Amino acid sequence: MLNDVIKSLLAEVSGMEEIPLNGAFNIRNNGQSEGRNSTETIQIVPKEGGSGIDIYIKPGTKNESVHIPALITEAGVNDLVYNDFHIGEDADVTIVAGCGIHNCGGEDSVHSGIHRFFVGKNAKVKYVEKHIGEGDGNGKRIINPQTHVEAEENSYVEMDTVQLKGVDSTKRVSSAVLAEGATLIIKEKIMTHGQQYAETSFDVDLNGKGSSAQLISRSVARDQSRQLFRSKLSGNTECYGHSECDAIIMDEGVVAAEPEIVAHNVDATLIHEAAIGKIAGDQLVKLMTLGLTEKEAEAQIINGFLK
Amino acid sequence: MLELKNICFSADGKQILNNINLVIDDAKFIVITGPNGSGKSTLAKIIAGIEQPDSGQILLDGQDITQWGITERAKAGISFAFQQPVRFKGVTVKDLVTLASGQDLSTAAACEYLSEVGLCAKDYIDREVNSSLSGGELKRIEIATVMARKTKLTLFDEPEAGIDLWSFKNLIDVFEKMHKEIHGSILIISHQERILNIADQVVVINAGQVAQVGTKDEVLPGLFGVDTGCRYMQGGNE
Repeated sequence: MLNDVIKSLLAEVSGMEEIPLNGAFNIRNNGQSEGRNSTETIQIVPKEGGSGIDIYIKPGTKNESVHIPALITEAGVNDLVYNDFHIGEDADVTIVAGCGIHNCGGEDSVHSGIHRFFVGKNAKVKYVEKHIGEGDGNGKRIINPQTHVEAEENSYVEMDTVQLKGVDSTKRVSSAVLAEGATLIIKEKIMTHGQQYAETSFDVDLNGKGSSAQLISRSVARDQSRQLFRSKLSGNTECYGHSECDAIIMDEGVVAAEPEIVAHNVDATLIHEAAIGKIAGDQLVKLMTLGLTEKEAEAQIINGFLK
Repeated sequence: MLELKNICFSADGKQILNNINLVIDDAKFIVITGPNGSGKSTLAKIIAGIEQPDSGQILLDGQDITQWGITERAKAGISFAFQQPVRFKGVTVKDLVTLASGQDLSTAAACEYLSEVGLCAKDYIDREVNSSLSGGELKRIEIATVMARKTKLTLFDEPEAGIDLWSFKNLIDVFEKMHKEIHGSILIISHQERILNIADQVVVINAGQVAQVGTKDEVLPGLFGVDTGCRYMQGGNE
């Protein structure tokens, strides 16, 4: 039986409210497995010593999903987990990860999820990752995810990652190597409050002819929170790469963007766009002329921006 | 009824509006015209609460709203269509029309407003109101948002600007339909003769002052017969 704290976190990070009866999943709580299920086409195999899992998705698996939420519901837990996804050729799957920390104590709780994706030829993967922190303890809620993608020929990987509340500190490191015709799209949405700190680092090698990558980060920094956005796109052949950092700063929030695009080949097309600023005054005025108060207008603009 | 009494406004040491007195009666179609830089847009912003006058009074149905903010005036029934519509990342056309209507709108209901301004609703309803839309598309969405508000006073600041791909006749049809269905007053800032032609009343502003108020028959011959320095367009963009 799952307790209410676990149920609530599960629902928040992965949309699961109970242990499902079918479908592939692994629920990790405080470093222990709370439940696991494999299916005919998706096998979840624990690594030795409980340090993580291997997820094997058979070639040609279509329209299936895997849920692997990781939770921490106690103070003072430092959980490091290694999860490897082996996605067979021609598969088309959705992977829902995500991490929730409920910390009511005085000691920090840390989750570090190291995920590697080995994506077979022509496979299509949607990877959804949501991070939240909650609980009223003084201990910090720290989430440091690392994601590495190796995308084979003509594969497609889309990663949606969201962190909107409660995480005191995060360092998010994502890297990818793309083969011929492979596509990577990463959409990141972050909002920080209070004294929170968020750091994002992307490093993508476009190695295959016709490969493409889009890295899109939208973030809001409120109060005294700080954010750092780093991205490096290396175009090593005929390829297309686009990175975009778009940030709204409020109060005394600070956002820094350090983009790097490197073309090692004359046929590489690489673009970076970065915009950091407060909410535009004319946006507030427009919504106020529709009858919204300034606060309501601000909330609408932020909600839309991070939608 | 909206009354402007002795409205003065200056910016950067320059007098923009100088003692404006004007009465906008209920259910009237009024066009304000005048040379570029005469203070027309400033006057509309002062009515909407976007700018505050240095002196003077604004009365809405007899109530002094001079000190009211933008939100209060919007709630009291004043709408304002921007000359240059604002872009929003992430806010969709449906979001904006729904916010304008002040209630939960079904997709079908939101689409009706878009169809009114000549946009194929299904192509636009879920689009973000961002720079992927052209100036003309944004302008029509702007008009759809004020239509959705159905207020007793609607201000349009140069609605014809940027309506490049849509016929002028359609724009005029929209104004006439709004006027007929909402029974509110419509106040348009325009240089366009065809818009001036459908006005119940034409107000000419020159150098920050009301130079003339009258019916179109009284005012137009003077406007087009005498060189006032205005940029009047007698054609259309059809």
